[in-house]
Amino acid sequence: MTDSASCSITRLEGGCRVQDLGRFGVRHLGLGQGGGFDHLSLRVANALLGNAHTAPALEITLGQVALTFSASTTVALTGADIGARLDHVPVSPGGCFVVEVGQTLMFDTPVQGLRSYLAVAGGFKVTPELGSVTALAREPLGGLHGEGGELTVGDALLYAPGFPSLRTQPDTTRWSFDEALVLDVVVGLQAATFSGRSLFDAFNRPWCVGTRADSMGVRLEGPRLESRCASLISEGLTPGVIQVPPDGAPIVLGPDCQSIGGYPKFGAVTPYSLARLGQCCPGDTLHLRPVGIGLARARWAQWLGHLDGVESHGDSARM
Amino acid sequence: MTANVEIERVGLDCLLVRLFDQIDTRHVDVIMAFCEQLRDELADAVIDLTPSYTTVLVHFDDARADEPHVREAIKRALEAAGQRAEASGQVHELPVWFDPRVGPELEVIADKAKLSVDEVIERHVSREYRVFALGFAPGFGFMGAVDEAIAMPRLSTPRKRVAAGSVGIAGIQTAVYPTALPGGWNIIGRCPTRLFDIKREGYTLYRAGDTVRFKPIDHATFLNLGGDDTPFEGARHD
Repeated sequence: MTDSASCSITRLEGGCRVQDLGRFGVRHLGLGQGGGFDHLSLRVANALLGNAHTAPALEITLGQVALTFSASTTVALTGADIGARLDHVPVSPGGCFVVEVGQTLMFDTPVQGLRSYLAVAGGFKVTPELGSVTALAREPLGGLHGEGGELTVGDALLYAPGFPSLRTQPDTTRWSFDEALVLDVVVGLQAATFSGRSLFDAFNRPWCVGTRADSMGVRLEGPRLESRCASLISEGLTPGVIQVPPDGAPIVLGPDCQSIGGYPKFGAVTPYSLARLGQCCPGDTLHLRPVGIGLARARWAQWLGHLDGVESHGDSARM
Repeated sequence: MTANVEIERVGLDCLLVRLFDQIDTRHVDVIMAFCEQLRDELADAVIDLTPSYTTVLVHFDDARADEPHVREAIKRALEAAGQRAEASGQVHELPVWFDPRVGPELEVIADKAKLSVDEVIERHVSREYRVFALGFAPGFGFMGAVDEAIAMPRLSTPRKRVAAGSVGIAGIQTAVYPTALPGGWNIIGRCPTRLFDIKREGYTLYRAGDTVRFKPIDHATFLNLGGDDTPFEGARHD
């Protein structure tokens, strides 16, 4: 066993980023928060292995990635089902498994969902910068080598092999892809500047996830929403906020959103709904639902309780 | 101070404090005093405080302070800020090589303002600017207010890449691009000073509330200060 085992990227055609829960305390300097979009699946992957909840893991968007491991270790895979295969043997997401030395973990295109999270026991050894390994496209910091930038074929992520028990993900922490998707929205901000018709439409008409969807924001297509303020003086933003540019199509801000902006906003999706949005592909349909702050807090607390339960759940051998 | 202030809810753990409804350099000191007071009030329950032109976004740790507690702290900080707002922030002087090779809109602005290029430069450097907010990218400071004569709306089609150090004008605002980024500001020169560096204490050269002066430098000085004089694509070559 060695402390300098490495996981090498041998194919990269989708997206692959090293991620944690984001960077905090520096937004006033113009930095974005970043971090994994489906932060709940990322937390589950680390919890399955008993890792620190901030341990760096891989966020794989749209699959099409292959990884080889220089030493055997236990890993956990959560989030989207992207047709994972370990040396051609299918592996379903939602639990831990052992990768043997020299084996290749391959990801095809998503079957369900969009983003998958791969954690290794102990976490990948990546040095955080300003408190996080996240690397936003417009920022010169974070990532595998520091100074920002994306992962490329040939990059190797270090890890110290470990073999915690092979846990499975409790159903309470799995996304349902079969039911109609509803995102909870805490109404606020400049909601009063929107026409009554627009607010009615926002919460009663279906929305289609647009093709302009990435970690900065997800544009929703549907009825045109109108605010009597076409633009505002720029003010602080946070992931989850729903802003409406003059074209009337709302954008749910993702983790990589800018720190300030000037479009009118009528609320923010809750943390658990934002995580779920990270699994939506262009063309998916969803509804927005207004929730009271009390109910939203209760649902979020319930989620955090489910996460606490992951570490004690089902120590069964899978695969 | 608290009379006309609105507090808007942003999701589960943020509140947006709207202190003013118009941009005014005189508001900057009140906003910065408020931020300082609120940091004292909330201590480690603050995750992020993001000041902007007229607002402060308060991101709090709801495991350490609940929303009613944070709202009370905001009210106390507003009262204290109204009493003690005084000139704050540091003053920075930024060297800038103003030249059409690295400032493709220098002549465009001169034509529109019916001024010579030298007069445009003079108008830009003759003022001190307040930093209203940092945003868009690390260390990108939105500053104002620019002389109306040289104010210019953003380009109708933003550039895919604006070189690091580019000094721009958008409306009555001015800014320096800390790194190469996409952008639609009118570029008039280039600054060799590094504005964002994670190895520097505080990470950014300036913060919201600081004051910035620009000082014209020649090409040789620009190079001596470590500037990169690679011309803009499509800019005039001498």
